[in-house]
Amino acid sequence: MKDIKARILSNKEIAPGYFKMALDAPYIAKTAKPGQFVQVRCSDGFDPLLRRPLSIHRLKAQGSPRLRSGQARLKGIEILYEVVGKGTKILSEKKDGNLVDILGPLGNGFTLPTALNLEPSAILVAGGIGVAPLVFLAEELAKKKIDTVVFIGARTKKFILCAKDFKKLGAGLQIATDDGSRGYKGFVSRLLKLRAGTKVYACGPRPMLECIAGMCIKENVECEVSLEEKMACGMGACLGCAVKVAGNEYKLACKDGPVFSANKIIWLR
Amino acid sequence: MVKIGKINLKNPVMVASGTFGYAEEFEGLIDLKKLGAIVTKTITLDPKQGNPMPRICETASGMLNAIGLQNKGVDNFIEEKLPYLSKIGVPVIVSVSGDCADEFCELAKRLDREKHVDGIELNLSCPNIKARGLIAQDKEATYETVKSVREKTGKTLIAKLSPNVTDIVEIAEAACEAGADSVSLINTLIGMAIDVETGKPKLGNITGGLSGPCIKPIALRMVWEVAKNIDKPVIGMGGIMTAQDAVEFLIAGAKAVQIGTASFIDPGISGKIIKGVEKWTKTK
Ligand SMILES: Cc1cc2nc3c(=O)[nH]c(=O)nc-3n(C[C@H](O)[C@H](O)[C@H](O)COP(=O)(O)OP(=O)(O)OC[C@H]3O[C@@H](n4cnc5c(N)ncnc54)[C@H](O)[C@@H]3O)c2cc1C
Ligand SMILES: Cc1cc2nc3c(=O)[nH]c(=O)nc-3n(C[C@H](O)[C@H](O)[C@H](O)COP(=O)(O)O)c2cc1C
Repeated sequence: MKDIKARILSNKEIAPGYFKMALDAPYIAKTAKPGQFVQVRCSDGFDPLLRRPLSIHRLKAQGSPRLRSGQARLKGIEILYEVVGKGTKILSEKKDGNLVDILGPLGNGFTLPTALNLEPSAILVAGGIGVAPLVFLAEELAKKKIDTVVFIGARTKKFILCAKDFKKLGAGLQIATDDGSRGYKGFVSRLLKLRAGTKVYACGPRPMLECIAGMCIKENVECEVSLEEKMACGMGACLGCAVKVAGNEYKLACKDGPVFSANKIIWLR
Repeated sequence: MVKIGKINLKNPVMVASGTFGYAEEFEGLIDLKKLGAIVTKTITLDPKQGNPMPRICETASGMLNAIGLQNKGVDNFIEEKLPYLSKIGVPVIVSVSGDCADEFCELAKRLDREKHVDGIELNLSCPNIKARGLIAQDKEATYETVKSVREKTGKTLIAKLSPNVTDIVEIAEAACEAGADSVSLINTLIGMAIDVETGKPKLGNITGGLSGPCIKPIALRMVWEVAKNIDKPVIGMGGIMTAQDAVEFLIAGAKAVQIGTASFIDPGISGKIIKGVEKWTKTK
């Protein structure tokens, strides 16, 4: 983990209110695992005060993909964020070449499936901006040639993010929208078909995660969810981002998480 | 060189309790050896689970926290955290809290046996535990607690004071009369925030402690008031984000400062503040 002054390589609005930012940060790129995040300092002053936790969306390789031979040299990371408040608004106004402080990689990250005896396969479930860390995960799964199906839930069709990225990786894709403007009309969790040997990875709103966790526990399917909690430091010092787990014990979303085994979490606050 | 009780500090910049973990969290992000002293997260006699979520809430130029002194208890601290701290080569000040004077005494007795503990900071002022009031809100309770702990340990004793009082000077005086070597101030100010959409408080504990740049003017005023009325060294804190902020506290009469919330925003900030303060000391 390092605190880096990273140069912004690009910062583009990819859907109304959703931005993708590429950052020059080779160290973080080299050490990052899917599911990990960075703490981004949005303002140079002290308002807003705290850094913002944002998932590592993808790694960024040096040069154009066509010129890459073998192991690509890693140049940096991409973050994908939704403008929801002061910090993300400031971030969205940053220009190429600006510098931002990013601390990372932070957190534990997802663990890849290791189904015994069975051909491992993965199901990814994204609710809204929860899709952000799952592209990095899908890339790792593709590298390992693990069969992957992605379920994307979005408010409406213009907020369906990263569908192309998943397709390019050869993953199956299923879509649900709240208004039915694309795919199934309703909650994405309704589309899920679980089978033994598969591992489920979910990121999105807490009620969606709770629902999926419940389904997986019932079907005895392994499941990891990525949780969001308010945090100040992101590195285990402030103890702000507690998550209640089995045994009535608190773990930290920033350090022990943000990824937790679904069967460990006590959902009731 | 700064002297607080028996502790010699190579510079007046310490890190504040609860904002620097047990130092190991910051390894590699700051040169720990350069710090004036390290104050640990507050520990209690028995493990404490801490408060329900959410525990953190950002406010205008500040933050509220209601962690609830989550820690694994003094035995675990001595076994698992102290060995790391003692290898850094910087004075270690252990922050302790209890529900009553007896608990503080028991903690002091245990820590007194540890040669790598250089000082004890009595957190008489944590606003986030379920007790009727804070010890540091009552001069008699402050006097009694400090006095009974003083009888148990020869180590440097620092009483950490609360700003949530009418007259902080009389509390500081009571702590010093009872034998504290120093007072540190301020702990957080009790505050609250409400989510208009849900109509509910933004903290699980409803109220929490306010820290960060927004409290600096209050902290500075209190340090100034206390420093001119007691002859023991005052350790100032509250919203120090830059070397200039730290210098303001030194000018107000503090002999040393603690860096709190700032370490969350920039984990290496204390190193930068040490350099800035050194520069100021030289040109002064
Ligand atoms: C581990 C982790 C990974 C995340 N990854 C992403 C991502 O890849 N893309 C993305 O768009 N969002 C992500 N989030 C949520 C993101 O951190 C918040 O949307 C962001 O902090 C909002 O900041 P703001 O100033 O715009 O909003 P404000 O509402 O003004 O923020 C006020 C305060 O609340 C905190 N906060 C607000 N919403 C959240 C939230 N959902 N989770 C945690 N803290 C919050 C802020 O950090 C800040 O301290 C992630 C959260 C966590 C914990
Ligand atoms: C998240 C958090 C946790 C804290 N925990 C403790 C604690 O355990 N013990 C203590 O004495 N003070 C604790 N404090 C108070 C700080 O040590 C300091 O007194 C206060 O935050 C004011 O300084 P600042 O504005 O520089 O942060 C905590 C503060 C924060 C923000």
